[in-house]
Amino acid sequence: MDNNQSKKCCCCEESDEQKYAKIEKVIEEYKGKEGCLIQILHYAQGIFGYLPLELQEFIAKKLDIPLSEVSGVVSFYSFFSTQPRGENTIRVCLGTACYVRGGKKIVDKLKEILDIDVGDTTKDRKFTLEVMRCIGACGLAPAISINDKVYKQVNPDKLNSILEEYY
Amino acid sequence: MINLTINNKKVQAKEGMTILEAAKENNIIIPQLCYLEGVHQIGSCRICVVEVEGARTLQSSCMVKVREGMVVRTNTKKVREARKVIYELMLSDHPRNCLNCARSHDCEFQKLGELLQIEDFRFEGERSKTYIDDSSPSIVRDTSKCILCRRCVTVCNEIQGIGVMNAQNRGFKTVIGPPEDLPLNSVNCSNCGQCVMVCPVGALQEKSAVDKVWDALYDGKKRVVIQTAPAIRAALGEEFDYEPGNLVTGKMVQALRDIGFDDVFDTNFAADLTIMEEGTEFLTRVTDALKLKKETKLPMITSCSPGWIKYVEHAFPEKLGHLSTCKSPHMMLGALAKSFYADKVGVKPEDVYVVSVMPCTAKKYEITRPEMNSTGYPDVDAVLTTRELARMIKDAGIDFKTLGDSEFDNPLGLSTGAADIFATTGGVMEAALRTVYEIVTGREIPFDNLHVTPIVGFEKIKEAEVLIENPLPEYGFLDGVNVKVAVTSGLSGAKKLMEEIANGTSPYHFIEVMGCPGGCISGGGQPRPTNNYVREKRLQAIYKEDENKTIRKSHENPFIKKIYEDYLEKPLGHKSHKYLHTHYTKRGIFNEHLKDK
Ligand code: SF4
Ligand code: SF4
Ligand code: FES
Ligand code: FES
Repeated sequence: MDNNQSKKCCCCEESDEQKYAKIEKVIEEYKGKEGCLIQILHYAQGIFGYLPLELQEFIAKKLDIPLSEVSGVVSFYSFFSTQPRGENTIRVCLGTACYVRGGKKIVDKLKEILDIDVGDTTKDRKFTLEVMRCIGACGLAPAISINDKVYKQVNPDKLNSILEEYY
Repeated sequence: MINLTINNKKVQAKEGMTILEAAKENNIIIPQLCYLEGVHQIGSCRICVVEVEGARTLQSSCMVKVREGMVVRTNTKKVREARKVIYELMLSDHPRNCLNCARSHDCEFQKLGELLQIEDFRFEGERSKTYIDDSSPSIVRDTSKCILCRRCVTVCNEIQGIGVMNAQNRGFKTVIGPPEDLPLNSVNCSNCGQCVMVCPVGALQEKSAVDKVWDALYDGKKRVVIQTAPAIRAALGEEFDYEPGNLVTGKMVQALRDIGFDDVFDTNFAADLTIMEEGTEFLTRVTDALKLKKETKLPMITSCSPGWIKYVEHAFPEKLGHLSTCKSPHMMLGALAKSFYADKVGVKPEDVYVVSVMPCTAKKYEITRPEMNSTGYPDVDAVLTTRELARMIKDAGIDFKTLGDSEFDNPLGLSTGAADIFATTGGVMEAALRTVYEIVTGREIPFDNLHVTPIVGFEKIKEAEVLIENPLPEYGFLDGVNVKVAVTSGLSGAKKLMEEIANGTSPYHFIEVMGCPGGCISGGGQPRPTNNYVREKRLQAIYKEDENKTIRKSHENPFIKKIYEDYLEKPLGHKSHKYLHTHYTKRGIFNEHLKDK
């Protein structure tokens, strides 16, 4: 983990204790109900942004279920992430149209620029890189999206300047 | 009774049976793979498919219950083809290097391939990424061999109540293992080996010590001492095609001599010693609590089962004071072999090499505990499971069935019937009560044939009460006290009893816990299969061994009396503390109490 990041004080942000307290309350509320684990994980990810092992341990202990069950569910659903999420999420379309028109090259180039793998987050927590199927811009493939903004007919060489917008 | 037709045969089955069970009952075998009677019945492999008239798709016969008038076919073209394809798809992601797999002789997956007459590899596809985790001193996981049957998951979760492993990831990337691929030695695994016992393939195995032991035997400087746990004699025969329940004590000892061990001792001797130490410890605690009104921890809990110990260190780190401080018997014997016995034969402790044959994988881990070195050297150097010993005997070219009988060496070889029953659930408690009751009252325990029947058998949690009347003057304070004991085997039962202790509601004075369901006779290192039938047979054999002995109470063992006179002085004495007792480590479920987590 990047220490500078975690030490940085931010008065508008809740402390970890506050976050854990919130999650504990939700656990008390859902405990014993059908499908409660998924609900709780969903909520916890909403608060922390991701589900690190310590957080999974906390949930396992409070629910009195094995950690392997919690991590089994977390790793089963691609929605859950055990990695911290970046401020911005880049999604590269690998749907048929985009794939055919060089989507793969865009992924490779982004991996190179950001120095991370698909699914990971950059050291400075700026970007998380993901791939997805068709984002509905097939006519202007290849496409990527950053947060809610869609970029069409992306040229791998243009990527650097697109990313600049987010610094 | 339900009437149904299987393969044009009109048959009857009990209500609630599955098709697979009903077929078996009527001598129709349906190939199966993940199903394990009484243990794992969640239908994860689909090998057992059959056609059921009226059903659109093939049905997993181990899951579907029989219904009145049901028409089942187990051998149609469709069924046979489906079965084969399911198998071949599994095979396409299997390493297929059977020649160097230790399960080759009894691999259930390989046997099924034979049955289905698989001749070539039709499907070649992507192979999943796999790894070998040999971080644990007890168990090696090789995920490449895993066929995802999930028996281990069921056993660890349901029977042991721990849940170290579960399915991680999804689809093609599914791995059965601990969270986030954490190494097994870093999580709350008890090392009980119950998962190893049920794994149908070579994905879960004990970490072999066979090579190490051969090396010690070839090392001219070493005096190699071997000891065997009580449960081995009742099970080893199965590895040589004896029916379960055959006692092979004499042949086993002879085989060990023939392999070349210098001394063949009996862990039973140390079991008798355990009763002396643990019984005295129990009486001390009871005296402290009832007579001296001193702060003390009751119930006291037995400590012979290292898987149980590790479990409690993880799950109830605040309750370790309830554990007896006795080492497990084979550790006691190891410590004595390197001190008392080494002295006696004039060998330096570092030149004594102690091997224990155990029904247990957790003992492999136990010998690595840093505190187990009372002479400055490890109390025990290597642990072989029953299965590993069988492999060594075969490898040594010994024709087991033709061997004559031999006897254990003394002074660490003679034992009483009380020691034999250490092998089974309820046995340690019964052995302890035989001695403790007699110490307190001067009379034999008032049970038929010395068997404390309420705690005999395979029920998960058993209880007994022993009323103390007319004790000897020294124990006058116990007059009229009803001593309450509980016995459990398998860790999910232990969890329940520990929760009572944690809540302050435990009514007991003394509890026996064995980590494996049924006790050491069904330990994780015993011959496969270990099912209810086999368990029962081994149990009977153990009680028979006990009843055949002339001396059946630990305190009457003449060599025990002698070792106290000559060496140890008295139970709980200074030397006992040094060699026979130990302490425990707070771990926590996630090892949060260990500094270097
Ligand atoms: S050895 Fe026992 S505790 Fe460890 S994973 Fe296997 S069944 Fe679970
Ligand atoms: S490790 Fe063995 S028992 Fe567990 S799922 Fe894999 S094959 Fe089955
Ligand atoms: S395939 Fe990429 S937008 Fe449709
Ligand atoms: S044996 Fe029935 S599904 Fe595996």
